[in-house]
Amino acid sequence: MATQQSYYVPEQSKWPIIATVGLFLTLVGVGTVMMNNTQGTDPTTGWWMFGIGFTVLIYMLFGWFGSVAKESMAGLYSEQMDRSFRWGMSWFIFSEVMFFSAFFGALFYARFLAVPWLAGEGDGAMNTLLWPEFERAWPLLSNPDPNLFPGPKEVISPWQIPLLNTLLLLSSSVTITIAHHAIKKDERSKVKLWLAATVLLGAIFMGFQIYEYIHAYQYLDLTLSSGIYGTTFFMLTGFHGMHVTLGAIILFVILMRYMKGHFTPKQHFGFEAAAWYWHFVDVVWVCLFVFVYIM
Amino acid sequence: MSAVVGEHHDDHHHGPAKGLTRWIYTTNHKDIGSMYLWFSFIMFLIGGTMALVIRAELFEPGMQIVDPGFFNQMTTMHGLIMVFGAVMPAFVGLANWLIPMMVGAPDMALPRMNNWSFWILPFAFALLLSSLFMEGGAPNFGWTFYAPLSTTYAPPSVTYFIFGVHMMGVSSIMGAINVIATILNLRAPGMTLMKMPLFVWTWLITAFLLIAVMPVLAGVVTMMLMDIHFDTSFFSAAGGGDPVLFQHVFWFFGHPEVYIMILPAFGVASQIIPTFSRKRLFGYPSMVYATASIAILSFVVWAHHMFTVGLPLAGELFFMYATMLIAVPTGVKVFNWVSTMFRGSLTFETPMLFAIAFVILFTIGGFSGLMLAIAPVDFQYHDTYFVVAHFHYVLVPGAIFSIFAAAYYWLPKWTGHMYDEALGKAHFWLSFIGLNLTFFPMHFVGLAGMPRRIPDYAMQFADFNMVSSMGAFLFGTTQLLFLFIVLKCIRGGKKATAQVWEGADGLEWTLPSPAPYHSFSEPPQVK
Repeated sequence: MATQQSYYVPEQSKWPIIATVGLFLTLVGVGTVMMNNTQGTDPTTGWWMFGIGFTVLIYMLFGWFGSVAKESMAGLYSEQMDRSFRWGMSWFIFSEVMFFSAFFGALFYARFLAVPWLAGEGDGAMNTLLWPEFERAWPLLSNPDPNLFPGPKEVISPWQIPLLNTLLLLSSSVTITIAHHAIKKDERSKVKLWLAATVLLGAIFMGFQIYEYIHAYQYLDLTLSSGIYGTTFFMLTGFHGMHVTLGAIILFVILMRYMKGHFTPKQHFGFEAAAWYWHFVDVVWVCLFVFVYIM
Repeated sequence: MSAVVGEHHDDHHHGPAKGLTRWIYTTNHKDIGSMYLWFSFIMFLIGGTMALVIRAELFEPGMQIVDPGFFNQMTTMHGLIMVFGAVMPAFVGLANWLIPMMVGAPDMALPRMNNWSFWILPFAFALLLSSLFMEGGAPNFGWTFYAPLSTTYAPPSVTYFIFGVHMMGVSSIMGAINVIATILNLRAPGMTLMKMPLFVWTWLITAFLLIAVMPVLAGVVTMMLMDIHFDTSFFSAAGGGDPVLFQHVFWFFGHPEVYIMILPAFGVASQIIPTFSRKRLFGYPSMVYATASIAILSFVVWAHHMFTVGLPLAGELFFMYATMLIAVPTGVKVFNWVSTMFRGSLTFETPMLFAIAFVILFTIGGFSGLMLAIAPVDFQYHDTYFVVAHFHYVLVPGAIFSIFAAAYYWLPKWTGHMYDEALGKAHFWLSFIGLNLTFFPMHFVGLAGMPRRIPDYAMQFADFNMVSSMGAFLFGTTQLLFLFIVLKCIRGGKKATAQVWEGADGLEWTLPSPAPYHSFSEPPQVK
């Protein structure tokens, strides 16, 4: 291991404790707002906590990443440090994969086990004892207890906006790869162009997603509370949408950093990490398109 | 490397900063390790106090001390605090202290993130504990928080519980990423994977398990949150969901989780037993492969927690056989520990006593686990005190004894002083007697049908419960002795040598005692 030079161990840092306080206030704030809304009490305190916590988190992100960028620019990081970052990002993405797996697992369980059992498959007890009228279907338009959970009138067709969105995200994976090749060849204007194009494609994707959600709520009665189809649909696409938003923000920050000259053709792990994340988000979408929209 | 780095490193060598900010801002793996260990011990005492409330109520039949609602809060909080607050942070603390020293690294790979991983925990547990004082009380649905008890019928504090779990998950995932990056990237030249100490190996595999399943836990609590506040129907059959889905997702996390709490314990035993047997560990490669097999199998056995929930027959059979398969690699490990001791020059210092007790008593817990794995008879044991006896035998003389063993074994390296051997032995024997008195009778009342999580019981269980309660108070108060021993050792005692133990082998024993603030600024050569 030729790269075992002195490994950079940072000095004391105030950012982790700031991050903790920010995270704590944000989450307690969100929790308080939810509790107040469910109980019908005034959520003002919760909103304040959330607002302060979130501001602290944003401040921390600027400060912490800022100092990491400065250290990197000062040449404090060795190749070995770079490998630590690479392992870190890879395993973080793996943890995200597992998070989505939980929700995909819930989708498959509901669709292939719970709904058939409720409709009388197996020994049939769940059907005869609970809702004998209930019939198996997917998408599930009529729930076992339609009074508690009125089903959707219709679901989103995969061959309109979702297909377009698939094309958008797939092309954004191409554009970011072009930008990556350009960064290695130091073609600066090309990097900026294709990176900006990637962010734009992500933004358009999100625009369509928001439009689709509004359409679903207003015209299709497809909501979070319209039974297990709506539940899995909105939770999976919703978490994916949050990840696209975050990924696009990250790419935008990377674009800004590129403009400031933070990356060299040899050393640009920040860019690569963002690109890995973007590809991950892309793969999740392909799974969503197949398993949530088409099948 | 540039001169900047050299300079930078130089002002590092002056040692720790002064005052409170040393602990709040620190990036040092030893500081962070110590904080994890102290935090874990405080949580151990809090969780233990709750256990004593439970045992006091169960001292005799009838309702005497607490009302049933509070009893439920105690069983729930005891479990959550011991699992997430005591055992897991203790092992992360050991990992922080030991892994950089064992692999010859200057520190953990990502020191600032390391600090963040720790400091999230006190906040998360403050949130969880604060729910005791909320209207409606603390979570009362058991540490496994099955829906709909934890959704439709939960107290309002469940929302804070959910966000507390989210924070613990963030902390665990970041801690695990740090461990993996350190092990894979910061090993000294010459230390190949198959030369790593077993504690490092077991932690590498544990970290993988953590990253794989903590997000699933985050997923399941998120589903609860949505069911509670946004009318989704994950766990509501009326909307096409299923409460059993909760159990599947939870136990997909939960079973690897129990190995997260035991694999590092295997690592500790594999460090200590060779030292006091003055022999090399028997079957090192098979230990590594056995650990990996256990980890992989842990992903395909989760439904053995759910045999009575109405699984299809094929499911019962699959999960029964898969679970029994785990006995094979575990058996390999026990065999190797025993073979290491075979014909060794054994001495019985406190760490060795805890390690030997670990091997014997953990094996008892393993055997009762095999009994529980048999699906048809599990219908009898399910949700009885037999299950409580089983998992306390693997957690108390398993995980917690290994943590005590590790503390005694490495305390001289950490503090520079030997602990008081006589007191250490007293701590061991009192703990050993206390825990067996507490948990062994639970096998009998469980087999006879006493249900768990119920504050009252039928007359015929009275004698065994009284024994359990007395054992619990013995075990609980004995832990104050441990606190005293540790404090005494920090303040003074016989000077420890660098190697500390005659048979000790490994990079951490090449450093002076107490270990310097920064472990290896220059990586050592490993032959």
